Amino acid sequence: MTELMAEYNTMELMICTAARELEDGACVGVGTGAPCAAAMLAQKAHSPNLVILFEAGGAAPLIPEMPISVGDSRTTWKAVMASGMCEIMESACRGMLDYTFLGGAQIDMYGNLNSTRIGPDHQKPKVRFPGSGGANDFASFCWRMMVMTPQDPKRFTEKCSYITTPGWLQGGDSRAKSGLPLGAGPYKIITNMAVMDFEPESKRMRLIAINPGYAEKDVQDNCGFELLKAKKIVENKPPTKQELHFLRDEIDPYRYVIGR
Amino acid sequence: MEVLAQGIGAIFTDPDADKARAFFRKKSRALKPKVMSVKEAVEKFVHDGDYLCIGGFGANRIPAAVCHEILRQGRKKMGFAGHTSTHDFQILCAGEVFDKLDVAYIVGLEARGLSPNARKYMESGKVNVSEWTNYSLSVRFKAAAAGVSFYPSRNIMGTDTFHYSGARIIACPFTGVKYAAMPAIYPDVAAIHVHEADIYGNCRIRGITVSDLDVARAAKHLIITCERLIQNEEIRRDPSFTSIPYWCVDAVCEVPYGSYPGNMYGEYFSDEEHIKEWLKVEENPEEFKKFLEKNIYSCKDHFEYIEKNGGMHKLLKLREKEFMFSKARD
Repeated sequence: MTELMAEYNTMELMICTAARELEDGACVGVGTGAPCAAAMLAQKAHSPNLVILFEAGGAAPLIPEMPISVGDSRTTWKAVMASGMCEIMESACRGMLDYTFLGGAQIDMYGNLNSTRIGPDHQKPKVRFPGSGGANDFASFCWRMMVMTPQDPKRFTEKCSYITTPGWLQGGDSRAKSGLPLGAGPYKIITNMAVMDFEPESKRMRLIAINPGYAEKDVQDNCGFELLKAKKIVENKPPTKQELHFLRDEIDPYRYVIGR
Repeated sequence: MEVLAQGIGAIFTDPDADKARAFFRKKSRALKPKVMSVKEAVEKFVHDGDYLCIGGFGANRIPAAVCHEILRQGRKKMGFAGHTSTHDFQILCAGEVFDKLDVAYIVGLEARGLSPNARKYMESGKVNVSEWTNYSLSVRFKAAAAGVSFYPSRNIMGTDTFHYSGARIIACPFTGVKYAAMPAIYPDVAAIHVHEADIYGNCRIRGITVSDLDVARAAKHLIITCERLIQNEEIRRDPSFTSIPYWCVDAVCEVPYGSYPGNMYGEYFSDEEHIKEWLKVEENPEEFKKFLEKNIYSCKDHFEYIEKNGGMHKLLKLREKEFMFSKARD
């Protein structure tokens, strides 16, 4: 374990894990930070025709360096189009966006996310966060929503104080009944410890892969609800030398994202 | 039409399309010069209690000069569309300008972190909050721009975001599928920063347009700030570049570097050093008061603000950054 950990950090592994989910020719809606790094890595490593979209309007850029805003000029660098929010979200609602990556202060066993508030009083919250932004929209529309997040028992909670962004809602067929587009929903949860998917019937979060250096118990101990377990839990593959080269030398040379 | 479910959030603007039509019937179509100072534009078109919308994307192509002037003139009790508002939100919170708020994205400055003062204001209980999403607010402007009272969308259903919004769930008359009906927002006033405009208000925007083209059409009054004025002949030479026509516009203010400290596509990058200073100084209310006095209240205009923060030397650096793609977060 120590030898492996010396070669890469958990953020690098999370980004590589996420990037591997993005096949060539797919279309992904991303924000700043780790999701953007994952999309950039996929483009360099194995998916040169990955279409990257930013909610503010940047469409299919060849991103030169990490943007600081999903609307800054890096998001349209050598892009095919500089459009607007409706163009991007309408494309998603039409069914053209395959993936998105989101995060939040809280996540529950159905992949619902809270990025709005902590505390019961909506008009006078204990802690106020930014709100949905485009997260609820991307999660409603993109076929497969993924989450990249550090894992701890507070964040992985039995019940979100507030559901900003839909996962599988109350599980089972509740999402299908809600009116949200059919067939879209949470797909994978990528953390510093493990990878989870969702059991097809109950739509509950299920452990499928563990990162090198962690045990099943670590993952469960850092989760505020009971995780289902896949029949076969595999060990997640560490980053390759080539992936690390792209990440460190080309995508994030100043280590804004991977350095943390 | 049967309403299947309804959020409990307030609707701060009247979505009635006929009332809006009555307003727009009287709005001047005259081709007349509208050039004025930012001070004059805010005096004329921004009033206490108005519902305000700020164009751009938080710290990208924002009408920063208008935001500062609204503070200087002490506007209060406004309604505001928190549509990916980041640095603009931070400024307006510093003046406690609004007490009614439609939220899509607030308080945060994306990868830069959260604004301590904006957060404090939002946790104070002083603001009546209605919850939405970026796309929800986009289509609320789109509905208004199209002259209808609502727009159907397929997001927010099943979440607390719906519960705390003013949206209503209806069934499609053709398929029976559920939609969230988003009520139109006709803002009393909007301010948008553009690259080029003529003296009548015909505008050209480069880069992303976010929701600005709909906002421009939805707003009852529109203040345009521009990097530069151009000749009307230039607009007419190739009208394919015009994205906001003059009849939407009430004021044209030439404000070079008007998005500073925000990014302006193809012109200059954001001043990350200065934005970091904002975020830092907000942690200390006394220091923040002094900071606001120096950077906003004691400034005559946007240029005095820029001069206090590095002037032309700083701007040239930011231009270099925009073009050379040197380290974005220096």
